[in-house]
Parts: sequence; structure tokens; C-alpha cells
Amino acid sequence: MKTKQLFAGLVLTALSLGTAQADYTLNLMEGVTSISRDIYGLHMLVLWVCVFIGIGVFGAMFYSIYFHRKSRGYKAANFHESAKVEIIWTIIPTVILVLLAIPATRVMIEMDDVSESEMTIKVTGWQWKWEYEYLGTGVHFFSSLDEASNKARQLNSGIDPRTVPNYLLEVDKPLVVPINTKIRFLFTAADVIHSWWVPDLGWKKDTIPGFINEAWTSVDTAGTYRGQCTELCGKDHGFMPIVVIAMEKPDYEKWVVEQQGLAVVKADAATKEWSSEDLIAQGEKVYANNCASCHMPDGSGLAGTFPAITASAVVTGDLNAQVDLMLNGKGMMPAFGQMLDPADFAAVSTFIRNGLGNSVGDAIQPSEVKALQAAIPEIVYDDDDE
Amino acid sequence: MSAVTAEHDHDEHHDHGPEKGFLRWIVTTNHKDIGTLYLFFALAMFFVGGTMALIIRAELFEPGMQFVTPQFFNSMTTMHALVMVFGAVMPAFVGFANWLIPMMIGAPDMALPRMNNMSFWMLVAGVMMLASTLFMEGGAPASGWTLYPPLVLQTGAALPFAIFSVHLLGISSIMGAINIIATIFNMRAPKMTLMKMPLFVWTWLITAFLLIAIMPVFAGAVTMLLTDRFFDTSFFDAAGGGDPVLYQHIFWFFGHPEVYVMILPTFGIASTIIPVFARKALFGYSSMVYATAAIAFLSFIVWAHHMFTVGMPLSGELYFMYATMLIAIPTGVKIFNWTATMWRGSMTFETPMLFSIAFVVLFTLGGFTGLMMALAPIDFQYHDTYFIVAHFHYTLVPASVFILMAGGYFWLPKWTGNMYDERLGQLHFWLSAVSVNILFFPQHFLGLAGMPRRIPDYAVQFSDWNMVSSIGAFIFGFSQLMFVYIVVKTIKGGTGEKVTDEVWEGAAQHSLEWTLPSPVPYHTFATPPENIPTEHY
Repeated sequence: MKTKQLFAGLVLTALSLGTAQADYTLNLMEGVTSISRDIYGLHMLVLWVCVFIGIGVFGAMFYSIYFHRKSRGYKAANFHESAKVEIIWTIIPTVILVLLAIPATRVMIEMDDVSESEMTIKVTGWQWKWEYEYLGTGVHFFSSLDEASNKARQLNSGIDPRTVPNYLLEVDKPLVVPINTKIRFLFTAADVIHSWWVPDLGWKKDTIPGFINEAWTSVDTAGTYRGQCTELCGKDHGFMPIVVIAMEKPDYEKWVVEQQGLAVVKADAATKEWSSEDLIAQGEKVYANNCASCHMPDGSGLAGTFPAITASAVVTGDLNAQVDLMLNGKGMMPAFGQMLDPADFAAVSTFIRNGLGNSVGDAIQPSEVKALQAAIPEIVYDDDDE
Repeated sequence: MSAVTAEHDHDEHHDHGPEKGFLRWIVTTNHKDIGTLYLFFALAMFFVGGTMALIIRAELFEPGMQFVTPQFFNSMTTMHALVMVFGAVMPAFVGFANWLIPMMIGAPDMALPRMNNMSFWMLVAGVMMLASTLFMEGGAPASGWTLYPPLVLQTGAALPFAIFSVHLLGISSIMGAINIIATIFNMRAPKMTLMKMPLFVWTWLITAFLLIAIMPVFAGAVTMLLTDRFFDTSFFDAAGGGDPVLYQHIFWFFGHPEVYVMILPTFGIASTIIPVFARKALFGYSSMVYATAAIAFLSFIVWAHHMFTVGMPLSGELYFMYATMLIAIPTGVKIFNWTATMWRGSMTFETPMLFSIAFVVLFTLGGFTGLMMALAPIDFQYHDTYFIVAHFHYTLVPASVFILMAGGYFWLPKWTGNMYDERLGQLHFWLSAVSVNILFFPQHFLGLAGMPRRIPDYAVQFSDWNMVSSIGAFIFGFSQLMFVYIVVKTIKGGTGEKVTDEVWEGAAQHSLEWTLPSPVPYHTFATPPENIPTEHY
């Protein structure tokens, strides 16, 4: 298999632009918004300008290399300056640049105009997942790398990524948007700088802790569009993809109602009494999705960077102290108080105390977590235009 | 031969050769010795940084994680960049400056020889301290060479060491720059007016001013990181009233001129080599000088084009777009001038010329992608993708590194008195020139297709071109071992053929160093030369 790929690689190299082996692309995608198509147009325009200048310059150079060589007996000329040609090859590029700047300015102005948006989605970057909040609807969730990709991407996992559908470009819960609707995005981050990029939308925008950025889009074709974080944000920077599903407006409305229903179910889960077994079972899943990437799937941690869970003094010590650390975070440990709902929080807390080689024997109920979470002051974002 | 006679007339007890034994290399204040030290150190670091690059390319050969953890991968991208920029490319050009500037302007040595020794050893200390972070708890810095907060503040024990090594490297560079400026302004031969200096001297003069302006800025930025981490300041922490983007502005105010620090001396060497092998004077000497100065000036006012996506106001985006586009004009002038220098010359294609022509062609490609990403709206797609990686590697590897190789082949016969093996040199060139394109050209496709940079693993549609790129990387990396072999062989006697003083046909009409004997004596131009080459004015 490997030698075959190696061979294919060599053949591709030899042909330079070999025939398509897989579904890779060579050029920028046109995308599904008016802005992304404008950007694509600009890209092609400047690419062709460069090609023509290249043909001119390299043409002259290679003509000269071929004909003006000593081995052909060519005698060197004696010129070494000419104000006239210097002026010509200063003015012509200037004119070309001005001609390029005009359409670029037009597109830039259009991209910047977020006015008359019909809805707003707030995007928060976390190490290493995205939080989406549909302002004014109560829809709010986290989106992280799907389980199949996450398993396959572990060091020497033994799983061939080619067998994983949409490897590294699939999430557990995609962002859903209506088509033909001007959507304003607000971007911020909880820990370090991230950058939210879906190539089909035509742009990326940095998410910066403590600051709000904005951008807009209006998708005109229903479909699934994938992207990734594009600002180095720590060890799992390569593993926080973005999936956007654009659907017809009525379907979207239906989806929103569904999500609101789910929120009610979740709220109920937070109030009912859970058995320890249910908490541990649920907690194992939550651990795999939220904790395993640093503390390792078996809880052994990473010496010097990420403490082990197994036999940890904090995890096996006082329950309140452990819950407090998870709620508020410490150093590189994110504050999960805002990230996990009460049921998941209680579940994972119970799981780590009674799994991964630990056996403290106690449990915490979602209702207790809910009370603790309520005490955390919520961060209020100013959502005015700048 | 006036220089040699002058040396014999020299005061007896002052006219000695190098110190005997190993100590020579520690205590030397001779510009040629220090130049050699810089060049060998740079070459060693080129292989250290190159090994890191090959670790990166090995991991990216296939999708999935095979060799390293993501954290170590990030350390590798960070350290590769820092080592290559501060340990390899910059010191290599300082090495050439040390060797050549005094000989090119007819001076006996650098103006401040003891400081010269100190700046070299401080560089070694700085790079060693940086390298030591690889063995620290929590690993080497893994936040990218830009060291952006808040991420960089998550670095383990390595952070203060990385910051102090930046301080050391900065002091070393500033001392080197002061020395170069002092030498050029005070020690030129009487007839060597500024506008008769070889282009390499001119580009280094301008580069030295850039260094003095920017290194303190970088030192300041990393010091603010240090106090943010250890002394509870909040320069870059919004929770305390600071701004993470402020760091980016400060960093790129340093960082953009910094990339020109690596490219301006490249222009200088190319402008020196091409006329010799075209047997024709450099076309548009004075416009080359003005273009260099213009590029240096522009480098200070375009920094935020590295930050188009941080959420600048529209007016900021437009200003930095227009300013950045302007760089194309002086850069274009340079490329046109090199082409015009070749035009109707009588060219031969020895290894230095081959590397120089490859530089002009491939640097132009890097310039084209530079123009593309100057257009702010499209940069919202290109930013932080492999398209950017391809762009800046085209402007650094087949540009700066190729020209460093060209310079090595060009002056080695002069320095050692021995000719290098031309056949091996040409083989080295063709292997490098072909593999560097296999390595970097596919990265354009990857970036356009949507692959972000600095990721240790990727979606499967990026597999093919990553594999091609990795194959190119390994061919390129191992080809460079040839260079070491050729250099060592040349020092040890080369082809056995003794070179003339001029080495290259007509070279003495271009620059002063070719009027000296080959190999060059330990001390040269104890008295300034009477006449200077007049090929350009």
C-alpha cells in the first residue's frame, strides 16, 4: 500500500500536473456566497496578471539565456543604464497596481458592511472546540471533532484515516444556518486566539479573547460546508473543524424549534435524580470528548504538561475542591463551568472519581452542579456595532 | 599587487598571522576568521533547522499521526523557524558581510574588531540557549515563531529561556549592525565614494539600519510577554485592560522588516554575481540602490498585512493593502534590472550563476504570490494556509538560501585559493533546484484547496500533494549534504587547480576583492588601494 502511494506520488511529481487521483483541487474554491465569488474573481484576475507578467519577464530572460551566451560566441554589449526604460518599468507596474486596487477596494468595502443583517450568531473559540449561540433564540451548543476522527487521529491509532468519512472535517454538532439570509457573526474566544474559516464562505476571522469581531455571510445554495481553525491555538489546533449546514428557511425554522425542545430536555435532566451507574456511563462519553485529548484516554496525563487523573490528589480528594477546579479552570485547564451542562458536568465529575483507576465512591448530582454554575457570573458581551 | 607589497612594508612586529592552535577561533578579531566562524555556524544551524523541517515533513507524509505528538509538532514548526531565521540565514549573511565588506571597500578589517568577536559568541550563546529549551519540562516553545499571546504564555519552563535568547540574539545583531555601519562610513578607500560601492555593501548598509531599528522593538515585545507571565502585568491580556492584538502589531513592526533583513543582502549578492557571469556591468546601478532604500522604507509601513483577519477597521485594511502593493514597484525594478543585466551579455553558467538565475526566477514566483496576498479581500482566503507557507518559503529558500549557496561557490575559490568541483557543484544545483520546487510548489495547491498551516494532520483530500511535498523535502534536504562535501573538499585542495587572483574572467573590473591574491592573505589592504574598479558608477 505504502509503496503504491509512494509510486503514485513520484508519478504525480514527474508529470507535475498529473491526472486527478483523488478529489483534490488545485485552485481556490468559488464558494457559495456573492462575496466568495467576488474573491474568487479577484483571485483569478491577479493570477492571470501575474501569469502575463511572468511570461514577459521569464520570456525575455530565457531568450537572453539561450541566445546571449558566450558558448555561442555572443559578444557582450556595453550598456548599463537607461533612464527611459527605468521610467517605463516603474510606470507600467504602477498602472497595473491601480487597476487591481479598484476592484479589491470594492470587495473589501462590501465585506465590511454588516448592516441590515437578519440574524446574529455568536461564535466563541475554545481550546479546542467551537461554541455557537444563536442570539435571541435560546439555541446554544458546543461543536467539537467527531468521535471517529478523534479516535483515528491518536498517535499510532492503527486506524487508516482514509476509512473515516470526512476525516478531521466532521463535528459532533454542526452549525445550521438558513440560506438566502444575511447572517451576522460575532467572534470572540475564551482562552487563546483562534480563527474561524469556512473556505466556501470566502473568509476567515480571528476570534480574540476579550474582543468582539464581526463578519457576515449570505449562503445561496443549500449544502454542507467544511472548514477549520486557522490560527495556531495549541496542541489540538488541527483538530477543531467547523461544519456549516445551510438549509432552506422552513427547514431551518423546524431545526430551531427542535433545538429549543432539546434545551428543555436538558434542563429536565439537570433537575432529576441520577443513579451513580447512569452518571458514570454518561461521564465516560463526556470524558472522551472533553478531557481525553489532554489527560489521555486512560487518565495517565502527559508528564510536565497535563496532570494525570488516575491517583490524582485533586480528583481523589475533596469533592468540592475538585468540582471547583473543573468549574473555574486553572492555568491551561479550561473553565468547564460554562462549557458543560449540569448533567454532563456531574457525570464526568463522578466518572473520574470512580473510573480510570480511581474509586472514591461518591457522586455529585446535576442539580447540585446547576446551583454552583448559577453562582458563576456570566460574561456579558456588548453586541453593539463598533 | 599593491596590497601585497604594502603588507611587506608593514611594521614588523605588527604584521603577524593568525594565533596558533584552537584558541585562534575563540579570541580572533580578524574579520576573515570571524566571517568563517559565522558561515560554519550558520551552515551547522541550517542542518539543525533542516532536520526539524524533515521531522515536520515526515509527519505530514501521510494523514494520521505516525511519529510525533501534536505538541512536539508545534515545537518543531516553531523551532524550525527560529533556528533558520536567527541561527542560519541571518548569521550566514553576517558571515559574508564580515568576509567581504572590508575587502570590497578597501579596508584592513571591520571598524570594531573586538565587538565583532563578541557579537559572534553572543549569537552562539543565544542559539544554544534557544536549543536547550527542547530538553525542558513542557518542551520547547510551540506557539509559532511569532510567539503570539495568549498562547505563548502557556509555554512551560522554556518561556523565559526563549525570551532571554531573543534578547541575546538581538544584542548580537545590533552590535553586528553597528559594526557594519561604522566600517562602511569610516573605512572606505579614498576613491570609494558611496555611489561606487558594490551593491552588496549598499544592501548591507541599509540592512544594518533596519536591524538597529527593529531588534529593540522585538526585544521590547518579548519583555512585555515576560512581565505578563511573571510580574502580573496585562499588556496583552484583555481581562487586565490589555490587548492581544497589540502584541501582533509590535511583533510585525519588527517582523516585516526582519524578512527584508534576510532578502536585501540576497539582492546584494545576486547583483554582484550576475554581472560577472554576464560579462557586463550591472544595469541601473543607482536605481538598484534607490530601490533597495525604497523597499527598506516601505517595510516599516506595511506590517499589518500579516494581520488582515484580526478585525481591523475598513480604513486600516485599505491602507495596509495599498501600502503593501507599492512594494511590487521597487521589487519589480530590481527584477527588470537583473534581466536587463543578462540581456545581450556574454553569459556562462558556472554554479554561482545557475543559483543566481534560479534565484531571480523563483524569487519572482514568490513575489507574484506576495502581490496576490497583498489584496486584502483575497487574503481572507489565503491567510494562515499553505499558500502562505509556499509564498514565504519561495522568498526564503530558493531566494536567500540559493544566493547563500551561490555566494559560497563564488567566493570560496578566492578565500581558499582552490577551485571547487564544478561538476559536483552543478549536480548540487540541479538537485536543489528541481527538489525545491517539488517541495514547495504543491503547497500552493494545498493552501488554495483549504489546508491551514501549522497542523500536524490533515483531511485525506490533502494527502497526494503532501506526499509529493515531503518527497521533495527529503531530496532537497539530503542534496544539501553535497554542499558540505564540496566545501570541505575545496578547503582541502579542491580540484588541485590553483585559481588566478581574478578567479572569474573579468571579475577584477567589478569589485576590489578580486584584485587581491588567491588565497587572500590574513591581512589585506593595510594601506587603502589607489584605484578602484570602475565598472559601475
